[in-house]
Amino acid sequence: MDMSLPVQTVRTTCPYCGVGCGVSATVKPGTIPIIAGDTAHAANKGRLCVKGAALGETLVLDGRLLYPQVRENGSMRRAGWDEALERVAGGFASIIAEHGPDAVALYVSGQLLTEDYYVANKFMKGYVGSANIDTNSRLCMSSSVAGHKRAFGEDLVPGAYEDFELADMIVLVGSNTAWCHPTLFQRILKAKEARPSLQVVAIDPRRTATCELADLHLPVKPGTDVWLFNGLLSYLARHGVKDSAFVAAHTEGLDMALATADADCGDPAQVARICRVDPAKLLAFYEGFAATRKVVSAYSQGVNQSSSGTDKVNAIINCHLLTGRIGHPGMGPFSLTGQPNAMGGREVGGLANMLAAHMDLDNPLQRDALRAFWEAPRIADKPGLKAVDLFRAVEEGSVKAVWIIATNPLVSLPDADQVRRALEKCELVVVSDIVGATDTTTHADVLLPALGWGEKDGTVTNSERCISRQRAFLPAPGEARADWWALCEVARRMGFSGFDYEDAHAIFDEHARLSGWRNGEGGAGRRVFDISGMSGMRRQDYDALEPIQWPVLRAADGTLQATARLFADGRFAHASGKARFVATAPRLPVHALDDEFPLALNTGRMRDQWHTMTRTGKSPRLANHAPEPLIDLHPNDALLCGVREGELARVTSRWGAMVARVTHGGGIARGSVFVPIHWSGQTASDARVGALVNPAVDPVSGEPEFKHTPVRIEPFVVEWHAFVLSRKALSLDSIANWTRIQGDGFVRYEMGGRGPVGADWARALLAADGEADWIDYEDGSAGAYRAAYLVDGRLQACVFVARRPQLPARDWLAGLFARESLGALDRATLLAGRAPQQGPDAGPTVCSCFGVGRNTICAAIRTHRLETTAQVTACVRAGGNCGSCVPEIGKLLALASCGEEAAQ
Amino acid sequence: MPGSAGAFGEQLSGAGRERHRVGSRMNTERKSARLVLIGNGMAGMRTVEELLKLAPDLYQITVFGAEPHGNYNRVLLSPLLAGDKNVDEIMLHPRAWYAEHGITLHAGDPVVRIDRKRRVVVARSGLEAPYDRLLLATGSTPFVLPIPGNTLPGVVGFRDLHDVDTMLAAARQGGRAVVIGGGLLGLEAAHALMRRGMDVTVVHVATSLMNQQLDGEAGRLLKETLERDGLRIVLAAQTSAITGEGKVEAVHFADGSVLPADLVVMAAGVRPNVALGREAGLHCERAIVVDDTLQTFDPRIYAVGECVQHRRATFGLVAPVWEQARVCAAHLAGAGHRRYVQAATATKLKVTGIDLYSAGDILGGAGSEELILRDRTSGIYKRLVLEGGRVTGAVLVGDVGDGPWYFDLIQRGADVSSFRDRLLFGQALCAAT
Repeated sequence: MDMSLPVQTVRTTCPYCGVGCGVSATVKPGTIPIIAGDTAHAANKGRLCVKGAALGETLVLDGRLLYPQVRENGSMRRAGWDEALERVAGGFASIIAEHGPDAVALYVSGQLLTEDYYVANKFMKGYVGSANIDTNSRLCMSSSVAGHKRAFGEDLVPGAYEDFELADMIVLVGSNTAWCHPTLFQRILKAKEARPSLQVVAIDPRRTATCELADLHLPVKPGTDVWLFNGLLSYLARHGVKDSAFVAAHTEGLDMALATADADCGDPAQVARICRVDPAKLLAFYEGFAATRKVVSAYSQGVNQSSSGTDKVNAIINCHLLTGRIGHPGMGPFSLTGQPNAMGGREVGGLANMLAAHMDLDNPLQRDALRAFWEAPRIADKPGLKAVDLFRAVEEGSVKAVWIIATNPLVSLPDADQVRRALEKCELVVVSDIVGATDTTTHADVLLPALGWGEKDGTVTNSERCISRQRAFLPAPGEARADWWALCEVARRMGFSGFDYEDAHAIFDEHARLSGWRNGEGGAGRRVFDISGMSGMRRQDYDALEPIQWPVLRAADGTLQATARLFADGRFAHASGKARFVATAPRLPVHALDDEFPLALNTGRMRDQWHTMTRTGKSPRLANHAPEPLIDLHPNDALLCGVREGELARVTSRWGAMVARVTHGGGIARGSVFVPIHWSGQTASDARVGALVNPAVDPVSGEPEFKHTPVRIEPFVVEWHAFVLSRKALSLDSIANWTRIQGDGFVRYEMGGRGPVGADWARALLAADGEADWIDYEDGSAGAYRAAYLVDGRLQACVFVARRPQLPARDWLAGLFARESLGALDRATLLAGRAPQQGPDAGPTVCSCFGVGRNTICAAIRTHRLETTAQVTACVRAGGNCGSCVPEIGKLLALASCGEEAAQ
Repeated sequence: MPGSAGAFGEQLSGAGRERHRVGSRMNTERKSARLVLIGNGMAGMRTVEELLKLAPDLYQITVFGAEPHGNYNRVLLSPLLAGDKNVDEIMLHPRAWYAEHGITLHAGDPVVRIDRKRRVVVARSGLEAPYDRLLLATGSTPFVLPIPGNTLPGVVGFRDLHDVDTMLAAARQGGRAVVIGGGLLGLEAAHALMRRGMDVTVVHVATSLMNQQLDGEAGRLLKETLERDGLRIVLAAQTSAITGEGKVEAVHFADGSVLPADLVVMAAGVRPNVALGREAGLHCERAIVVDDTLQTFDPRIYAVGECVQHRRATFGLVAPVWEQARVCAAHLAGAGHRRYVQAATATKLKVTGIDLYSAGDILGGAGSEELILRDRTSGIYKRLVLEGGRVTGAVLVGDVGDGPWYFDLIQRGADVSSFRDRLLFGQALCAAT
């Protein structure tokens, strides 16, 4: 390491949730970058959540995919970029030649930078000529996109984060903001502290951490949000809480929407029954909403991930349109984005039913405009396959090649085992990723190493339309390259022009120019998304770009003009310039509960993990909040299912099953179950919740119903529970159930299993040979076995087994892995799993029969003023057996009396 | 709860009150009663000591001993042999002590006959001593294998100062020693002889060392440690003969193997000395049978130590003998409210550098459970036997610090269920919350 290299601080953007916090990374060569919040970024003003703060720990290269690989005779081997790219280009070209453009597809990700996304979309829609490019944003944001388009004519988030601070009421619908958008939640928390009159309403079937801040929590029955907001619309209309001028001038379709709402939801008491909430609380919410002009209604996956997700979005927006609470400070509907660049992906048309720059697939003028801009040979003219349908088509064989970039559909898609079947059948599976082993990469025919956060360079857009730079501060590891580069190389090899970008800046410039291209001209419609003000930027200006909210136009004086809020002028993006009310007839989730599957499965994130844990899973400090996959349910339901907290249970739906540990988080109503989404086949034996999730989707958005799958729960019977801490990763094929947890310098496994355990079993498990320095503890009748394996006095691995899940705490043992060698004391209590206790120092042993030390004897002599050896024996037993120490005790007595005399 | 510290203390103070009453009554009789002790060893003399504490003026006491010394601590013969202690240090009651306490000592003049009708004992010298109460503490003698050559010069037991002298004389010549018996005593002797410069082999009939006190695994660990120290150990060895011209030269085994030897130590167990009692017509089985008060079938005659059998058990360790002495003394003093109750015993091997502790019933029966901790590299092995949530046995090798605590738990019958999973890791950890 060259110590003379300068310390460098790079401002970039966090790669996790849609809040899009500014991050400053201080890099000193040879050390882990120091991560801090960027005080100059408006989204977070220097704050970071725990995930963001731990980013430095996720940058280690273990497990990274560093070289291209291709499948040969069934197994993967390293290949050069040329060979790998040829294989992709050749495969795509021949499949297109034989089966047409719709036989290939791209499945990309909200983790991509806008530039990567732009190129992917251009490649598919303009050159391959198919709209078969969908993204994992389909799984989180597409209902919001569809709702926005129906209401506003374009996928637009009207407000800004600042509105949360300016509001008098914040309604959080289906959003565990505290865990999923933590820095925004911190802003709300601060605002409420400063101004306690700020009302916070949480609408969530679960009593999440977010609800702790709420003045009112409405624990609605899962899937009933449309009733709730239809009821609100009806209530507002009946009570005259309506901005008639706004409605008249800037909206259309109220009558229909209101009639629909009144039909089912005109009676709050009835709504309360359907939503299964306290009628008084429901009215309190309606009254509060009615009485407060400055209301922000923020919503997230609890709204979007539903078979009526789009209607939920519109039911919320309807209430804001009726009251004219949109486009002004402190108010408006607000979609909180899940991923760091879901919004950026939408800008470039990364979904199968849209074109780049917010142009519409079904708008011939816009199609033409786009083709002309790209000078593309063709342009997709019909929507492509949305995520769930895409992988069905792969299984059916109509899609024969798929290129998966920066996402892990084998874990994240609903009915995830179907995705596995699909990829097993697929002719050509290309996967671009930063991680070598994921559930998805194991099915790849070609693996392309991508750049990770800190290595890649480009832009992302957060939930408030703010474009921020992600900047590289680390060198590209191995042969990893940017995704846009790989896409361009494949495009060029397929004979496509228009893919010779020099860098991300060149792509961004094209993207910015496109946003202004024929925007509003000749009947093609005005697109609100317009960042043409940023076109023609010099490279250094792009590099120095400050976070900026779109639309971005260039003022006459040459400065960039950001836009904090949309619709202040009442102009919307529909051709009419008006916003539309959408009639939302409420309907229940597609799959109803029944006797066989009586519980409603809800899935979501945990506070300290991100998606499939390929990054957060590397951080020991993030591992402790929820180390294991869990099944959170009400204690009464647990009783009915015969499962117990702390033990393992199996959750089964019609689509699949998984196993995790039962917990009572205290926030789950009866009839519901919550399971986190993070665990994959890499981190747990059997905890992919995606395999259970029903594949029903919203008819408009195609977004799956992640929040409502009928399931049943039953005990997962194991004969023993165990944990292992090991410096090396272990092979756990023989273990019935396990979870892998990253520790500091070790890997931890929590396990449950069947069959005999003992020394031979443990040695095989920990890969210790017969000569190993081995300590073990056995309590056969209690079913307990514990062992530790040391190498040169250094703890290498340990295993603790018990019949019940109650095992010693892992913390102290974990700390031992930091030591170069263990002292005798630590070694002695190692298998107790507890630090040695320092009793009073007994001194050197005098009486070995009774184990009495010199200090103990002297203390007894002093305290009890003993004068004879017989008295000493009577007092502390020393000398009472074989008597060999009696002379020594005599000496101690003599010394003590000398001491007394000397003292006198 | 017998043996608990509290009850122990109470009994002591109770006995104290008793003593004053008894003492004042006895004083008036001016030592009219005569007590004769046969066997000037630890058991008998401890009984005398305890008796003097309770009733110093009750008896005229006469002691007969086969050995020409005062009473010494036989337990410390091993350290004596090893050179860790000298004779003065192991002397419990030098001759002067007897004089001080008005006790008549006949050392080196063993009793050869008891005439129960006349209530007289007859010594080898012809001396007769009448008794009102007789205390038998004749101890035991090493078991000498009934094989050819077992009386050759150079074949010794390990029982008394004379044996030690014989061994030390042999050790000064260097040469080879064979110790027959891999029990506590045999190993202590072997180790001591090795430290005295001899080339020592222990031959043991069983397949594991100290099989009375240790389980197989502890025995193996002990064997490894001793072998590391330089001791040779042969297990499952059936000794068939000792040969030599005029003195020991070799030990022969059933499998045909032969070990050259300049010294053979018989440490294959002891036999209670019951001949005197049996000839006197006292009821004997394997040893002189006593009841819970240590009284033999003749109400005037008591017996303590290794020569007694109490409810099928005979004794070889010091701890139960001390207890017998206490009980017997109380009865001799006329304060007869104590009963002898057999209790678990604990053993330590007195070999420098080897930590070994065994207590209670280490085998366990049906329904017993065991906890085991093994750390071969550190030479640590710990095993506890549990029954019904209580510790009943303990074997500790390598780290014996908690031995006395486990022994205490065994004696108290303490319920350890609540800290069972920490039990084997020591008292300090169990005390912690």
